[in-house]
Amino acid sequence: MSATLQTTQAVVTGTAGPQRRVKRKTWKTIIWLIAMIVLAAVILYPLLWLTLATLKPSSEFGTNPGLIPEQPTWQNFVRVSEGIAGVPMWRFFWNTIVLSVVATAATVISHALAAYAFARIRFKGSKILFTCMIATLLLPFHVVIIPQYIIFNNLNLIDTYIPILIGKFLATEAFFVFLIMQFIRSVPRELDEAARIDGAGHARIFFSIMLPLIVPTLTTVAIFTFLGQWNDFFGPLLYLTSPENYPLSMALKMYNDQTSVSDYGATTAASFIALVPVLLFFVIFQRFIITGMSSGAVKG
Amino acid sequence: MTDLSTRTVVTGDASKRAQRRPVPQSRGAAVRQRRENIAAYTFLIPWLVGFFGLTVGPMLYTLYLSFTNYNLFSAPTWTGLDNYIRLFTNDPSFIQSAKITLFYVLVGTPLKLAVALGAAMLLNYRDTAATFFRSAFYVPSLIGASVSVAIVWRAMFVTDGPVDSALSFFGINLGGWVGNVDLVVPMMILLAVWGFGGTMIIFLAGLKNIPGELYEAADVDGAGPLRKFRNITLPMLSPVIFFNLLLETIGAFQVFGSAYIISNGTGGPAGMTNFYTVYLYKRAFTDSQMGYASAMAWVLLIVVAIVAIFIFRSSQSWVHYAGDEK
Repeated sequence: MSATLQTTQAVVTGTAGPQRRVKRKTWKTIIWLIAMIVLAAVILYPLLWLTLATLKPSSEFGTNPGLIPEQPTWQNFVRVSEGIAGVPMWRFFWNTIVLSVVATAATVISHALAAYAFARIRFKGSKILFTCMIATLLLPFHVVIIPQYIIFNNLNLIDTYIPILIGKFLATEAFFVFLIMQFIRSVPRELDEAARIDGAGHARIFFSIMLPLIVPTLTTVAIFTFLGQWNDFFGPLLYLTSPENYPLSMALKMYNDQTSVSDYGATTAASFIALVPVLLFFVIFQRFIITGMSSGAVKG
Repeated sequence: MTDLSTRTVVTGDASKRAQRRPVPQSRGAAVRQRRENIAAYTFLIPWLVGFFGLTVGPMLYTLYLSFTNYNLFSAPTWTGLDNYIRLFTNDPSFIQSAKITLFYVLVGTPLKLAVALGAAMLLNYRDTAATFFRSAFYVPSLIGASVSVAIVWRAMFVTDGPVDSALSFFGINLGGWVGNVDLVVPMMILLAVWGFGGTMIIFLAGLKNIPGELYEAADVDGAGPLRKFRNITLPMLSPVIFFNLLLETIGAFQVFGSAYIISNGTGGPAGMTNFYTVYLYKRAFTDSQMGYASAMAWVLLIVVAIVAIFIFRSSQSWVHYAGDEK
């Protein structure tokens, strides 16, 4: 609302001006708050629904679309804990954790190395290689998966984690390289120049000066990699064939495929269990996730 | 942290300027430069192996396969342009899959960006509990592509499910969306829009970077909220809009997991969730038609490249970089 309108009103209504303005402002805040609460409720409803639906018996899914289970039961969780296709639930969890942890460690190191070279070393060919790297940001990954599959198939690596994880060791996420580069550039050059004068090489500078300084951005990269791998479905779908190697996403697919035999209760409970760690992760690392998102993109 | 990103730009430019010092042409300098090259390429070994081994090499091999018939078991046989001709003249499933994917991209992406911008502006409007709302709006984008959410989404939209019953309450009887050929794509678009939070965070950072004086000056001139939005917010935000538009559009072309899960891998009903990548996956890994799927992959690459070039080109007329006209 424009200031002129308010002043005109203040003139018309005489002395009540300032209080009126304050009142208007409170009213606007209240309307805003209501709008925000409604919006948040709509957005979070599916998650709330999922949480409570885990307690509904399977028979209730066709008849009770509401939030509250009519006959709450823990049975869904009991059945899910037993697992599916002869594999216990903890096994899917463990596989997911192994994949996510290895992916995270590998991604952080390989991408930091590449980012350091692009951000801090003047070398022949840097411009063209940097352009190539940025171009891969826009590349649809389907244009590389068929040969990748053929290669890993010929190497007998199907049903191992190697095809899923190898890209993490080889700095294939251009966005992360770029994110770390931006952060390295904000580190004052005097720091590494001083170290160079003292005779340190790039390896020394990278490990003893740069790495400790860029921990915040590496944390962001680590969190996004961990969550991305946790949710990853395509890689496991393509490369894993035996259920005892499956991560949670593929276990969920098995539950989903079986819904023709309809155990909605177990499927819902399993979906919930797979989401909880992600949500906990978000609550704990919120700050890094949100600042990381913002700093990568806003180039001014 | 947003401050930090602007600072990044400033220092980034400064260091670039520092790099442009004249290089002395002595022998010592040449030796030093060689050492720098060796160091740089050592740091880049993982990236170089990945770039050539997992990206460029496979890309070219896909191109080769796209001109062949290949089923993984016998050697590829050269068929020239056959796969491409078949795609466009003799494969209704392909045309349908391309159409629904384009619809999904062209409707879903602008909608998602609009919702993200609207939410960012709402968040920026008052400070009360802003962190809570920001988190609440952001959470779906972290999990939107997961299998769990695809399963929940389907449960929300089945016949007599929560959405159907809520709409019936208002007298709108649409039935289930999942099995409905007209509603299943809108349902997928809603799922994409639901994950607007990541885009919103980037918009929010952009909004916070707009100097408040601009709005104050507009207030003095008596500009209304709509004019302020058109003449200050949109132009100041245009680099961020450009960034989001580019990445979101390219991402939307590649929607896979949720469509696959919601249709149990079938692409149904009546092929309406047979999105481009789902169809490509089925051709390659269910039917073992590697050559045909490779042709699909290259068509996708070319379309994405054209769209990216179009967005880049058009950006010259609508993206406004602060300081350009100074």
